[in-house]
Amino acid sequence: MSAPVIPIARVGDLSPREFRSRLAGAGVEVRIGPFDVRVRARARGLAMPLHALWRDYPLLSGARVLHAHVEVRDVWRLWPWPRRKVRFIVDGRAPHEDMPAGQALPVLEWGINLVIALRYHCFLMLHAAVLERGGRALLLPAWPGHGKTTLCAALAHRGWRLFSDEFGLLRPGTRELVPLPRPMPLKNASIDVIRRFAPEAFLGPVIPKTRKGTIAHVRAPADSAVRARETATAAWLVFPRWEEGAPLTLEEIPKSEGYMQLATNAFNYEMLGEAGFATARDLVAGTRCFRLVYSDLETAVARLTELADGHDG
Amino acid sequence: MTAERDLLITALVDPRNLVSWSAPDLDLVLRLLRRARLLGRVAAELDAAGLLGALPLAARDALASALIAAQARARVARWELDRIAYALRDLTDLQVVAMKGCAYLLADLPHARGRMFADVDLLVPESRLREVEARLREHGWQSSELSAYDERYYREWTHELPPLVHTEREVEVDLHHNVLMRTARLHPDPRLLLAAARPVRPLPGFRSFGFLTMAPIDMTLHAMAHLFYGGEMDDALREVADIDALLRHFGATEPGYWEEFWPRALELDLARPAYYGLRYAQRLLATPIPAPVLAASQAGAPAPLMTAAMDRLAPHTLFPAHPDQSARRARFARTLLYVRSHWVKMPPVMLIRHLAYKFYVRHLRTQEH
Repeated sequence: MSAPVIPIARVGDLSPREFRSRLAGAGVEVRIGPFDVRVRARARGLAMPLHALWRDYPLLSGARVLHAHVEVRDVWRLWPWPRRKVRFIVDGRAPHEDMPAGQALPVLEWGINLVIALRYHCFLMLHAAVLERGGRALLLPAWPGHGKTTLCAALAHRGWRLFSDEFGLLRPGTRELVPLPRPMPLKNASIDVIRRFAPEAFLGPVIPKTRKGTIAHVRAPADSAVRARETATAAWLVFPRWEEGAPLTLEEIPKSEGYMQLATNAFNYEMLGEAGFATARDLVAGTRCFRLVYSDLETAVARLTELADGHDG
Repeated sequence: MTAERDLLITALVDPRNLVSWSAPDLDLVLRLLRRARLLGRVAAELDAAGLLGALPLAARDALASALIAAQARARVARWELDRIAYALRDLTDLQVVAMKGCAYLLADLPHARGRMFADVDLLVPESRLREVEARLREHGWQSSELSAYDERYYREWTHELPPLVHTEREVEVDLHHNVLMRTARLHPDPRLLLAAARPVRPLPGFRSFGFLTMAPIDMTLHAMAHLFYGGEMDDALREVADIDALLRHFGATEPGYWEEFWPRALELDLARPAYYGLRYAQRLLATPIPAPVLAASQAGAPAPLMTAAMDRLAPHTLFPAHPDQSARRARFARTLLYVRSHWVKMPPVMLIRHLAYKFYVRHLRTQEH
C-alpha cells in the first residue's frame, strides 16, 4: 500500500486573476528555496509577470511562522510635482527610497534579496551563482559586470540545475549548498544573448532605466523550482570573466587564491567570524578552483559541462 | 493594552514562553522584537535554555541569525575598545568610563548577551576632552564634515563631541563629558559619576583595556536619564528592557543597591527620570521594586496631570507599532513626546531656534538641489 500523493499547489495553479486579488488582499505565501515569504502587492503591471515568473513556486497554506513579510505598492508623490512611484516595504517600513513607477518587479526581487542578505545570518551567504550537475555543485563567484548571471542563465538551460544566480547559501558547519531558485535579472545586451542562446527560456517584461540599466528576468526552469529542497556539495569554484573576442581558457588556480576571492566577496563572511572561516575553508578544500575567460557562451557552457562530466583529461 | 503589546511583554518577561505559542502569535512577536531590536536578546536567552531547537524552523532561523548579528557587533565593539585603549595608552592618569552597551558588555551583565548596539559611548573628564579627541584624531579617527551650526550645537550645547569614526572601520565613537546636555533642565555633576566609577573586572579570554564602568546605581540612573531625559523615545522598549535588567540584576546582587538608590538619584539631580524609569519598568515589564523605593520616588513625580499624560503617551511611543496596521494615534503620541524630549533638553528660545533650523534642513534646504 502506498501513501496517497498529495500534489503541492503552486503559484501557477491559481488563475492570474486569483493571484492578483490575493496579492492585493491578505497576500500570497510562497516557499522560495529555504525561505517562506508572504508577499503583498498593489502595483500596476506587476501581478501578471510575477504570476508567470513565479509559476513553479510552492504555495504555502495554513498558519506558520514566515521568514519575511514584504510588500510592494504604487504610491503618489505630490511634491514637487505629482507622480507615481513604487515603494518596497518590509514589516511595515520602507528600507530605501521610492523607485520610479513601472519597476515594481525588479524592486520586489531586489527587495527580497536585501531582506535575505541583511537578516539571515544563519546561512553563510556567498556572493556567487550556483548550479548543480550530477549531484555536485558549481560556484561562479564574480564581481558585477563580468557575466555571472548570463553564464548562469545559459547553464540553467543546458542541463544544469539552477540553485541561484546571486546567493551561495550554506548552513555553517556543512558543505551543502542550499538552492534559492529565483528569476534571473539579465541586463542590457545579455537579454538578446539569452534569447538567441535558449529560445525556450521564458523571459518577463523588458524594463528600461532601472538602477542597473535595462533588465528582463528569466524564469528559473521548472525542475530547479520543484527540486528546491535538494542540496548539493560544492565541487568546482570557477571565477568567470567575459572578454570580447577572447579565446576560451579554463585555467586551474591554487585553492588559496580561490578561497580569498570567495571569502572577501561574500555577504556576511566577517559577521559569521570563526564559523564563516571554517565553513568557507572546508567548502574550498573540497573543490577544484579555476579561472574562466570566455567570449562565446556556447563553448564556455560546453567546457564547464565537460569538466563536470569528467572529460577534462 | 493591545494584544501585540501583551505578546511582547510575555516574550520579554520569560522568553521560554515562546515554545508553546501558536504560529501566528510567534510570527507577530518575532516581527515586533526585530523592530524593537530585542530579537537577539530573546534569542540569547532561548539559546541558553537550550530551547531554540523546540521552535519552528523559520523562528529558529530568525533568532539564530539575530544572535549571530549581535555577537558580531559585540566583537566589533571589543576591537574598537581595544584600539581606543591603544591610542590612549600613555594617558595613564586618565579615567575613561564605558557607557551603555559597551559597559554592559565589559561588565558581562546578563542582558549584554545578544544585545544589539550601534555606538561606542565613553565618558571622560571635561578638562581632558580636547586631549583625548586630539589623541584619537592622531590615530585615525575623524568626524564627518559638519555644518557650522551642527559643530556649534555639539561643542557648546551638548554633552558630547561630534561622533568620531576611524577611517578603516565603521563604528561611531561618542566622547561624552556628561550624561545630559549642557542646556538641559537637570544638572547631574559628572565628577560624582567619575569618582564612583569602578574598574572593569577582566573576563577570562578578554582584556578589560583599563576602562571603567559607572557604579551600579549610576549605570541604572544613566539608562533612565538617557531614555526619559535626552534621547528620543521612539521604539525605545529596548531601553526599558535595559532598565528592567539592570534593576533586577543589581537589585539581587549588589549590596546596598536599593537602600542607596533614591538618595543617589537626588544627589545626581536625576529624580524625575528616575521616577519615570522605576514607574515604567514596573508597569510595563513587572520589574520587582521594593515598596520603600517606589514610595520615595514619588518625590520625583511631576504634576499629576503630567503623569497621567505620560501614562497614556509613553506606551504608544515605546512599543513598536503593529507592522501591518497604520498607527495614527501612535504617531500623534510620538510627535508630542518628541517635542517633550527637546523641551527638557534646552530653554524655550533656544528650542524654537533649534527646531526651526532642523525644519529648514530637513524640508526646505534639500529641495534646492
